[in-house]
Amino acid sequence: MPQIEQLPFIFFSQLFWLLVVFGIIFFVIGRGMLPKIQGTVELRDKKIADDLERAQAARSEAEATEAEWRARMDAARGEAARLAQEAKQSSAQATEAKVNAAADQINVKVEAASAKIRSAVDAARAEIEAVAADATREMVDRLTGIQVDPKDAAQAVKGKLNV
Amino acid sequence: MAAGTKIDPMHQFTVEPLVPLHLGKYDISFTTSSAWLLVALVLIFGFMALGMKRELVPGRWQVAVEGLTGFIDDMVKVNIGPEGKKYVPYIFSLFTFILVANLLGLLPLAVIPGLHSFTTTSHFSITGVLAVMSFSIVLIVGFWRHGLHFFSLFVPHGTPIVMVPLIFAIEFISFMVRPFSLGLRLFVAMIAGHILMEVFGSFIVSGFNGGAVGIGVGALSFVFIVGVAALELLVCAIQAYVFALLTTLYLNDAINLH
Repeated sequence: MPQIEQLPFIFFSQLFWLLVVFGIIFFVIGRGMLPKIQGTVELRDKKIADDLERAQAARSEAEATEAEWRARMDAARGEAARLAQEAKQSSAQATEAKVNAAADQINVKVEAASAKIRSAVDAARAEIEAVAADATREMVDRLTGIQVDPKDAAQAVKGKLNV
Repeated sequence: MAAGTKIDPMHQFTVEPLVPLHLGKYDISFTTSSAWLLVALVLIFGFMALGMKRELVPGRWQVAVEGLTGFIDDMVKVNIGPEGKKYVPYIFSLFTFILVANLLGLLPLAVIPGLHSFTTTSHFSITGVLAVMSFSIVLIVGFWRHGLHFFSLFVPHGTPIVMVPLIFAIEFISFMVRPFSLGLRLFVAMIAGHILMEVFGSFIVSGFNGGAVGIGVGALSFVFIVGVAALELLVCAIQAYVFALLTTLYLNDAINLH
């Protein structure tokens, strides 16, 4: 086995060259180049993470904006509905007031007219009563020859007519 | 491979000096082993350099590099937790180095005369040093963070007082065996696979030289070696993964003492 036979002669040479080569690998490559490569990887990972975070932030911002817009839209819609309701109500009230006023005027006129009619009826009735009393007296006079007191005649006619 | 006609499956593990070098009284010659270590270094550096454009939208090379670093990152995060971040460079170096060294040893370079790929991780001096390094880091981190309280690692919660010495001894032994199992597992997996491939490779050569029955054996060996080569690719990746994974698990023990 050459590894054992040669060991006394080559050991220091192997040790020396191994230490030189491994030392260079460790210090130049392992400690010099490796951290830079890792740094690149970390930088990239960080950038990707940052981009994702930014995208997430933008997304939530957009969602917030949309929610806000929705809320504003809802508020505006509610306001519009309220205004329409109010307008409807006030117009209805105005119409009612106008109708009421017109009805009042009409009532007044009707009242006046009925009063006139009533007085006309009363007057007519009084005349009818007077005429009927006269006629009654004359009929009684022609038939029986009794002179009836106009007062009694008016009384009796009134009593018959107003039954 | 073999010198002369005799096939020696162990010859592939021989280290040949290329440039003699000395540091004081120590021989630090530049050998085939050192050369393949450097090849691994260059490959890893080149691969990582392709991922250094640091674009926000990565190209395919950057994705490959980031996939590898992310894999180690995840492994450390899952096994140690957020505190494990500072150990990522070490685990990463360990994993990539072992993986590339393992895979380099599988390159079929021997088809080019004079060239032969050499598996640096098939030497226990290499895997052993790596294992000792991981184990030392575990010890240092453990004692630095928990002081002598680190010894409570060897006494699981709820152990009856009577059982404590026995449990302590068992846990201590299993703890101390860790570096050996760590280093030997990789070494043995590499050397076994390579010997297997070498042996079946030699079966193919001598089979096709040895008449009708030999051709049958050679053909069978060829089919078999295809499977073994695929399996070896898997073993290369798994052994690198296991080494890195066990290191993170041991580190987890030291950091998050139960």
